[in-house]
Amino acid sequence: MAELGVKIGKIKLKNPVMAASGTFGYAKEFEKLVNLKHIGAIITKTITLNPRQGNPMPRICETSAGMLNAIGLQNEGIDNFLKEKMPYLSKIGAPIIVSISGNNIDEFFILARRLDKIKSISGIELNISCPNIKCEGLVAQDTKETYEVVKAVRKITDKTIITKLSPNVTDIVGIAKAAENAGSDAVSLVNTFFGMAIDIDTRKPKLGNITGGLSGPCIKPIALRMVYEVSKNINIPVIGIGGIMNANDAIEFMIAGAVAIQVGTANFIEPGVCIKIVKGIEGYLKKHKIEKIEDIIGNLNIKN
Amino acid sequence: MKDIKARILLNRRIGLGYYKMSLDAPYIARTAKPGQFAQIKCSDSFEPLLRRPFSIHRVNRNIEILYETVGRGTEILSNKKEGDKIDVLGPLGNGFTLPRAMNGEPRAIIIAGGIGAAPLVYLAEELTKKKIKTIVLIGAKTKNLILCEKDFKKATPEVYVSTDDGTYGSQGFVSKLFHKILKTTESKFETIVYVCGPHEMLKCIADICQERKFECQVSLEEKMACGIGACLGCAVKTKSGNKLACKDGPIFNANELLW
Repeated sequence: MAELGVKIGKIKLKNPVMAASGTFGYAKEFEKLVNLKHIGAIITKTITLNPRQGNPMPRICETSAGMLNAIGLQNEGIDNFLKEKMPYLSKIGAPIIVSISGNNIDEFFILARRLDKIKSISGIELNISCPNIKCEGLVAQDTKETYEVVKAVRKITDKTIITKLSPNVTDIVGIAKAAENAGSDAVSLVNTFFGMAIDIDTRKPKLGNITGGLSGPCIKPIALRMVYEVSKNINIPVIGIGGIMNANDAIEFMIAGAVAIQVGTANFIEPGVCIKIVKGIEGYLKKHKIEKIEDIIGNLNIKN
Repeated sequence: MKDIKARILLNRRIGLGYYKMSLDAPYIARTAKPGQFAQIKCSDSFEPLLRRPFSIHRVNRNIEILYETVGRGTEILSNKKEGDKIDVLGPLGNGFTLPRAMNGEPRAIIIAGGIGAAPLVYLAEELTKKKIKTIVLIGAKTKNLILCEKDFKKATPEVYVSTDDGTYGSQGFVSKLFHKILKTTESKFETIVYVCGPHEMLKCIADICQERKFECQVSLEEKMACGIGACLGCAVKTKSGNKLACKDGPIFNANELLW
């Protein structure tokens, strides 16, 4: 059988398929539907220092081949997370990566310091696509702020750091480089695209927050292009995210340069999709007589 | 809870824009409680992308759903043929709480507004199986939009109908009928009210129940993505913070909700 294992920082994944933050809850939600230990890695819903109520309703809205969401990082805060969610996550048997977000550098630092002490946490994903320290734009829209947040977290932990990038920028390569220079072990891209939808009869926005993040198959080509550009220009692993619905999509991202991929919106539609993608990748490698998954990573054929 | 590829055994139009579908899903039929729902993938393409939540209407060896064509998803569903297979995830949600031993002999009043009848037939069947006196009030805009009158009558003799335009039963909203029923029936019984329908109607019934100090369980309908508590898209404001319609609901105690 083909070798599916990949490495992200210090984390050895038995396969490159990860469940994306915010789409997989704290894994327990899926326990009856998915054999969780077979997933490459599980990334939790983003945790903040203090509990957050999240955004007003409605929070989701379907669009053509996609969906908008504006959940607003609803979560119970780190204390509750460590007490209520972590014991279950520790027992799953797949690497657990905790997604964190802060209102400022200090909050990222404090969160990382607390997670650093917990053995069963394999890594930390920095969700810097959150309301920024200066309250305008996102951390991930500014190279300097990205650098500073990653640097602060790097100081406090040796755990694998994944920096999650926003596509809502003019030069995503520049942001990725900032994360790399600050010591991030990997970058994951892309988070959702800013979007909106309007009910023309009431003239009201379809989201309580007016705007939200667009995800799903409709964003895949743009995400793929960004993964391609970033992976060509940095030396740390890129984790591809954006509308991956099946194994073919996942393989596309890996050929474009992603070392691993994250499945997001698809989890909502098909709870067992991560495992299905793992099997699909296996089938692809077998069909093409490829011995190890690494052989396809970044192996884009651009010859005539 | 299981994600099942279920064969469609029947998919029939039963009225203006209303359809009934029967699905070969024995596991869900065996485990579903009244008020629970299933997430159904209406299309194999990305259009529409998300599943749609449907109340479990009735169970026998199969499950039935009762639905109204209101958009792309239900439109596609209505064109499915017997023998087609679709993905059905269920049973989901909490379901209604059936009365426990109360001070008086319990009586249940079920109030269905429009397509809100969908989860209530199964409830009526279960209540009467438990020998709980059950009264059903059905509200509809007009005569040919009345749903499930026969099915309810099979479960209990006390079924009353109101139509907004008075073409059948009493004239007016079902809340008016509710008032009338409360006046004409003795309230020596402990009363528990179960209601599903348009939001304004739920609120109106909940207010009446609060005045009378009746327990009132409402079935809420919210837009959902996952249906299993992962996306946090279907949040509902309650006195104890945000709850999820898919996991903590769709049945809520009316007193708990911040309307």
